[in-house]
Amino acid sequence: MTYIKLFISFFKIGLFSFGGGYAMIPLISAEIAAHSWMNELEFIQIIGIAEMTPGPIAVNAATFVGFKTAGILGSICATVGVALPSLLIILFISRFFFKNSKHPLMKKTFYGIRPVIAGLILSAGLVVASRTMLLKSINEIVSAPSLINISSMINISSFVDIPSIIILLIIIGINRWKKIHPLFLIVIAGILGYLSQFLIIA
Amino acid sequence: MNKKMLRQYLDLFLVFFRIGAFTFGGGYAMIPLIEKEIVTNRGWIANEDILDLFAIGQSIPGAIAINTSSLVGYKIAGKRGALCATFGVVLPSFLIITIIASFFQTIADDKNVKAVFVGINAAVVFLIIKAAMKMMKAALIDKVTISVFAITVLTILLTNISPIILIICGGILGMISYRKSGGNSL
Repeated sequence: MTYIKLFISFFKIGLFSFGGGYAMIPLISAEIAAHSWMNELEFIQIIGIAEMTPGPIAVNAATFVGFKTAGILGSICATVGVALPSLLIILFISRFFFKNSKHPLMKKTFYGIRPVIAGLILSAGLVVASRTMLLKSINEIVSAPSLINISSMINISSFVDIPSIIILLIIIGINRWKKIHPLFLIVIAGILGYLSQFLIIA
Repeated sequence: MNKKMLRQYLDLFLVFFRIGAFTFGGGYAMIPLIEKEIVTNRGWIANEDILDLFAIGQSIPGAIAINTSSLVGYKIAGKRGALCATFGVVLPSFLIITIIASFFQTIADDKNVKAVFVGINAAVVFLIIKAAMKMMKAALIDKVTISVFAITVLTILLTNISPIILIICGGILGMISYRKSGGNSL
């Protein structure tokens, strides 16, 4: 059953993602959450690994999620699932697209879809940021205001993971200074993460 | 099927296998490589045609890498060509990730690996937000698109509504605005 579920989930992801790569992340994360296949932090690690390995991010993520959920056969189901919609569309209706890719109705449809995709990607970024950089969830902070006294408000390290924030700022700085391939950004960030464990004193 | 056609299928598979094995960063990163291999090195497709294929690959659903590979394969050698190219581009990632995934579990709890991922996760946050900002620049062009964007972000952060529903609604909204404008383009 898991195999069929994996296949259907990733088929849906392949069928409804426009814009590739990052636009797929919110869809994959919604499917994972719906089936509780893994926790969010595990999924965020998978995105990191997918970035560091060659090939399409969608395929990397599908293979990884499939393997973690149901072994080799699971990774085959997920990967075939994510690739199949594209293939079917191209094999059977690509003539339509060859003719109509500049049709105004296509343009207008994308006029409505694009801001949704932009919103989905930004939300994915915010969710990943809050899971990796905030030590308490927003709900926890809001729902238990009595626990937060003035001193802990000042002590920001009880809310955010300082090393993560510092690494993020360094990465932003490097990116501003020089246009660098995402792969190397990730490698640099990984090295900084490794070093950060020796720097934490408090 | 004659020898020459078999040779072409094999060639397609191998070219896309190489592209899949050596591009980091997904679909967009593959485009210049595909262009070099298919247009410049082999002359399988003319330069102006490949640009159309790239445009279509980005406007149909699915991973851009898979779309582009199957379109190029289709154009060169029909349906079987599409299958060979797609299989070729997917296989390297599939093999590499399966190998990584099979041993990752055993190292995931290691103290050093966790520390490395503190850094990697920060970079992932950066890359996703950067991709979002690029998309926002292209998509948010008027009040309607800005409202759709804001509604999407709020819906995702505050409710459990599926992203797929939002994408469908966005598409329908776009089509309605098409009919309202009397079928004229923007």
